[in-house]
Amino acid sequence: MAGQTLYDKLWQQHVVESRDDGTALIYIDRHLLHEVTSPQAFEGLRLAGRQPWRLDANLAVPDHNVPTDAAERSGGVDGIVDPVSRLQVKTLDDNCGDFNIVEIPINDRRQGIVHVVGPEQGATLPGMTVVCGDSHTSTHGALGALAHGIGTSEVEHVLATQCLITRKMKNMLVKVDGQLQPGVSAKDVALAVIGRIGTAGGTGYAIEFGGEVVRKLTMEGRMTLCNMSIEAGARMGMVAVDDTTIDYVKGRPYAPTGEQWEQAVAAWRELHSDADAEFDTVIELRGEDIQPQVTWGTSPEMVLPVDGSVPDPEAQPTATAKEAVRRALEYMGLSAGQKITDIRPDRVFIGSCTNSRIEDLRAAADVVRGRKIAASIKQALVVPGSGEVKAQAEAEGLDRIFIDAGMEWREPGCSMCLAMNADKLGAGEHCASTSNRNFEGRQGFGGRTHLVSPAMAAAAAVAGHFVDVRSIAEDV
Amino acid sequence: MKAFTVHSGIAAPMDRANVDTDLIIPKQFLKSIKRSGFGPNLFDELRYLDEGQPGQDCSKRPLNPEFALNQPRYAGASVLLARENFGCGSSREHAPWALEDYGFRCIIAPSFADIFFNNCFKNGVLPIALPADTVDSLFEALYANEGYTLEIDLPAQVIRTPDGSSVAFEVEPFRKHCLLNGLDDIGLTLESADAIRAFEVLYRERAPWLFGSIR
Ligand code: SF4
Repeated sequence: MAGQTLYDKLWQQHVVESRDDGTALIYIDRHLLHEVTSPQAFEGLRLAGRQPWRLDANLAVPDHNVPTDAAERSGGVDGIVDPVSRLQVKTLDDNCGDFNIVEIPINDRRQGIVHVVGPEQGATLPGMTVVCGDSHTSTHGALGALAHGIGTSEVEHVLATQCLITRKMKNMLVKVDGQLQPGVSAKDVALAVIGRIGTAGGTGYAIEFGGEVVRKLTMEGRMTLCNMSIEAGARMGMVAVDDTTIDYVKGRPYAPTGEQWEQAVAAWRELHSDADAEFDTVIELRGEDIQPQVTWGTSPEMVLPVDGSVPDPEAQPTATAKEAVRRALEYMGLSAGQKITDIRPDRVFIGSCTNSRIEDLRAAADVVRGRKIAASIKQALVVPGSGEVKAQAEAEGLDRIFIDAGMEWREPGCSMCLAMNADKLGAGEHCASTSNRNFEGRQGFGGRTHLVSPAMAAAAAVAGHFVDVRSIAEDV
Repeated sequence: MKAFTVHSGIAAPMDRANVDTDLIIPKQFLKSIKRSGFGPNLFDELRYLDEGQPGQDCSKRPLNPEFALNQPRYAGASVLLARENFGCGSSREHAPWALEDYGFRCIIAPSFADIFFNNCFKNGVLPIALPADTVDSLFEALYANEGYTLEIDLPAQVIRTPDGSSVAFEVEPFRKHCLLNGLDDIGLTLESADAIRAFEVLYRERAPWLFGSIR
C-alpha cells in the first residue's frame, strides 16, 4: 500500500464517523470568526436554542469592516462612521459576549486580519483542523494544518457540533524546485501557479506545496502561498511541518509549553507526506523560471510576467476564452498588445491577508527607502495585517520610510482588499494591489485591480507604472 | 430549509465563465446581519447601471437593459443556466442567499466552485453539474425558445426539457436526502453527539495541547 500524503494523515486524525455515502463527520480543532459571516450563524443558534459545543475552540476578531484611519479608529466600535459597518462589528461583540466566545476586540493590540492573527497568536497550530467563514482560511495550511473556508450555515454547524459533514478531496502536489531569483517572492510563485493551472485547476483537490523553493520559504512566505490556494480553486493548501514551522510556533501566546510542547512537537514531526505517498495530480514548476508577476485581467489566472504584453482576444483558442479576454480588457481599459510596464496605477495598496505581515512590509520598505512615490499616484496605502505587525514595523522604523516616501500608514484590517470600509478605488482607477482577488468591483465599483507582490507594488508606486522590481535602481 | 422535490421553472442564462461571488452579490451588501432580502441585489453590478448601496430601494434604480434577467422573456425565472466554475471566489453564503431570495431554485453549469456548491445545498438551492456540451445545447435551446421551461425532478434525478427529452444528473445521496426533506443538518449531526464526545475523550489524551488554551 502506498504511503499517506500530509492531507491523508490530517484527514484520518480527525474523522469522527465515516458514512457509507462517502461523507464523513470531521472534528474541528479551531474555529475562527469575524463579523461578516457570523451574525446569521449566531442568530441560527438562538432560534434553535443551541449553545456552542466547545467554547475554547473558538476565537473571534473583527477585521473586514474596521476603519484603518487612525482618527476614526480611535473611537473604537462606536467611532465607526458607517452605521451598517458599525452594527456588524457591534453585533460580533454582542454575540461573543452572549455566547462567551473569546474575542480580540477592535482596538486590542492583537487585533488584525483573522488569517494574520491566528498563526501570529499561536491560535492555529500544526496538525489542527482550522475553519473560518472565509475562503482565505487556506492560509493556515502553511503550518501543516488542514484549513479551509466554510459558509455561514457551516459556521453555525461548527459552533453547535464542533464538526463538519464533508467528504475527502483528491490530493494535488505543487512542487516548486530550484531556486527563486532575487526580487521574486512567494506571491509571484502563487500567481505563477494560478497562471499555470487556472482558477479552477485545484477544484476538488487539497493542494500540498512542496519542493526546494517551498522548503526554503519562511513561514510568512508559505502563508502567502497557501492563502492563494483558493484562487486556484482549491479549498485548502498546505505545507509539511519542518524546523521552520516549529521555530515559528514556539513561544506564541496560545502555543503549548513545557511537557505539552515536547509532546506536540513529536506529533508534528510526523506531519509530512510519506516518501511513497501517491498524489492524484502533480504540478511541477522551476523556481528559476518564475518572474515577478502582474495580473492584467479580472481573474487571478489572467496573469503575466512583468515583461509581458496584454493578450489579444483573437488569439485565444475558444469562443468562451475570446469572450472572456475581450470582456476583461474592456473592463480593465486595456488594449491587446499593451505592455504590462505601460500600465499606470492610480493607487497602490499594500496589505490584506496575503501580504500584510512584517516580511511583506520589509520587502516594500526596502524598495521605497529614500525614494518618493510618483506624482501620478493618488494614494498609496500601507495597511499592516495586525496590531502586532504594526508595532513591529514601527519598532523597525518602517512606518517612517513609508510616510517619508509619501505613503499612508494605517491601522490594521482588511481595508482595500475588499473595500468594505472607506478604503476603495474610484471607477476606472487602476490599483497595484498585494491582495488576492482582481474580480470586477472587488476594490470598489468600476475599480481595476492588478495583483502583485509587495516589492512590485512598492516599485510601481515609485515608478508610476509597473516595473520589474529588479531594475528599479536604474529605472527611477 | 425549503424542501426541493420536483421543480418546474423558466430558465435564464448567465452566459459567462468564472462568475465569482463578488459578481453574484457585491461586498457592500455583506454588511447585513440578516440572511434574507439579498434578492434585489443579486448580480447588482450587472443588473443596474449605478452603484448599489445597502438599504436602498432598488425599484428606482436604472436597469441595464442588456442584462438577461432584466429582459421580459426571463421574468420569473427560477432555473439559472451558467458556465464553468460558477460561484468561484469567497465563501460568502450571501451568494446562494441572494440567488434563492431572487427565486432561483436550481443552477445548472458545467462546473462549480467547491464552497459555493456546498453552500447551495444548505439553502434549498440545487446546483447541477452537467457535461459542457450538454450545457451548450441547453443554452442554444434556451436562446431559441422564449419561456423555455425546465422541470427538475430530484427524486428521479432528471431534468426534463420542453421537447420531451430528459437529462440525467448526479447528486450525492446525503445531500439529496437533506434537500428532499428540507433537513437541517445540525440536527442530524447532533444525533451523533455520543460519537463526537467519545472522539473528544480519546483525542484529548492524544493531543491535550489542543484543549483549553483559548479561554
Ligand atoms: S484581507 Fe481580504 S481576502 Fe483576506 S480576509 Fe480580509 S477581505 Fe478576505
